[in-house]
Amino acid sequence: MFQTLIALKEGMLIALRAIRANKLRSVLTTLGIIIGIVAVTTMSTAIVGLESAFLNSISSLGSDVLYVDKMPWFAGGDWRRYRNRKDITFEDYEKLKSMLSSYDAIAPNIRTFGRTIKYQGKNAESTLIYGTTPDFLRTGGAIPQEGRFMTEFEVHASRRVCIIGTDIADILFPNEDPIGKNVKMENVKLKVIGVLEKQGSGFLGSFSLDGQVIMPIKVFQRAFGETRGRLRIDVKVADIDKIDETKDEIRAHMRTIRKVPPTEEDDFAINQQEMFTEIYDQTVGVIAIAGIVITALSLFVGAIGIMNIMFVSVTERTKEIGIRKAIGAKQWAILAQFLFEASFICIIGGIIGIVISFPISLIIDQFLPTAMPINIVVIAILISAFVGLISGILPAYKASKLDPVDALRYE
Amino acid sequence: MNIITIEHIAKIYQVGTEEVRALSDVSLKIDANEYVAIMGPSGSGKSTLMNILGCLDTPTKGKYDFTGVNVSEMNDNELAQIRNEKIGFVFQTFNLLPRSTALHNVELPLIYAGIPTVERRERAEAALENVGLSDRMTHKPNELSGGQRQRVAVARALVTKPSIILADEPTGNLDTKTGEDIMYLFNEIYEQGNTIILVTHEEYIAEHANRIIRVRDGLVESDLQVDNRKIPEKRVEQTEEG
Repeated sequence: MFQTLIALKEGMLIALRAIRANKLRSVLTTLGIIIGIVAVTTMSTAIVGLESAFLNSISSLGSDVLYVDKMPWFAGGDWRRYRNRKDITFEDYEKLKSMLSSYDAIAPNIRTFGRTIKYQGKNAESTLIYGTTPDFLRTGGAIPQEGRFMTEFEVHASRRVCIIGTDIADILFPNEDPIGKNVKMENVKLKVIGVLEKQGSGFLGSFSLDGQVIMPIKVFQRAFGETRGRLRIDVKVADIDKIDETKDEIRAHMRTIRKVPPTEEDDFAINQQEMFTEIYDQTVGVIAIAGIVITALSLFVGAIGIMNIMFVSVTERTKEIGIRKAIGAKQWAILAQFLFEASFICIIGGIIGIVISFPISLIIDQFLPTAMPINIVVIAILISAFVGLISGILPAYKASKLDPVDALRYE
Repeated sequence: MNIITIEHIAKIYQVGTEEVRALSDVSLKIDANEYVAIMGPSGSGKSTLMNILGCLDTPTKGKYDFTGVNVSEMNDNELAQIRNEKIGFVFQTFNLLPRSTALHNVELPLIYAGIPTVERRERAEAALENVGLSDRMTHKPNELSGGQRQRVAVARALVTKPSIILADEPTGNLDTKTGEDIMYLFNEIYEQGNTIILVTHEEYIAEHANRIIRVRDGLVESDLQVDNRKIPEKRVEQTEEG
């Protein structure tokens, strides 16, 4: 046992010395490993970023919320077919609300995008405007950090009030308290009654969830017209375990409300966050497979390169192997020496790969907030060591089997 | 006590379809604290005999009993262990590791024997001191003269306290004077009670031994005791030329 450890330590030191004596060759040899590790770490970093961006984007969609809409979210080529369906109306919402046996919250939700909000010469552009009811606080997770949300009374009385996102608050009210101030939108004056919690930017930074303005649905409809925007009914279920039952019940009620003949298909769709997750999983799956293929290919090429150079190394050091064997090195000691060498070369390649992909991850971070996952760094090093072991086996075996007499004679 | 007993050993190589008998039929006994020279022209089979005696190779036929152990049928790893523990090699071309210091070269057999660092260092330093190289321990082979390199090799051979020292043309790459220094060293080692087997083709080197075995055509031609062996004298001035 002790003897083994001492010989292994010697093997390690020889391996390091051999690599140091051939620095350039070792680094060039390990190029395939470097590329492989850069590929796998960069891909993982990007996926981490995509995931957090995605989760952020759908964070406004609850997993326990059903979205009753005119069209399914992922209609694909059938989009034209759905376009001619009747719009969902505020009356549909009111009927559904009265018919539905159980729910936690139910809110109509109508949106328009790209509006400008003004306050004392300052403009907040490209905002996302919602018209809704107090239940949106629970269906949309729109929690005010300052002030309050709208009340039932404000909806019925069509009070011109609004709740704004933090970005809008920052733009319009850099130095003052927004609560109680009047902002202007499409010539409608609205009193700010709340500011929402910060939510972060959406998928790939495409839009900011903090650039939204929420107002009573009737104020919205008066400002933009009854037909502007597509009304959606958001239902937060009472019990997430019974989400499918609730979905069936909503479907039955909606068919009744919209008078859909029994022989015809639904003229509405019930969407769920789950649908996004599925699409996301597919997308990430494609990225991951591409990354794994690139990684595997470059590691394979790298392994062949390492094996090749290890054969060279064994041949170059035939005499040394002969000397070591003559004075008592056993086969496994020689084997270990060359396996160490191959692994160390690969680990160096892995470390270089990580050093290269770290700044890349910082660049990715500019577009897609992310960080290189620590576990992938560890895995990358382990993969490198493993590739080294695999590609070192044949050359090391050859070295360990050399005949000491022949090896000593080698010049 | 016999350290080496070989009985009717033969070594036959297959070269293409032809059989080459490097050794035909050799039997020998070597006692402890003998100083044996093995002589013979090239192609006589003396290198093959040396390789077998040194457990670097195994005979095709016959039995080799080394220090009471039958080594003729041992595998590679078992032979490595025997070489490590019981045989000290000194080669014509020194065969030191070029990138290692003198000290590390001498430590090497102890590393493979699994001797812990501190003891290993002490023993290697003592062995180098023994051969008069205590001031050259951190030098690498290319910073040493030929004679010094060979003395490092002798220190490496002695450091494990082996049963035999096997020297293959130890003065072959040295000039006459340096060669004499090495022979003086061998004489000291012999007088300390070690067993030395010296392979050479030079008469004046073989004359240092107390027994000369001549090999020719794969057979022992003669095996004679030397009555009046040459005792080398220590040179007074120690110039260090290559």
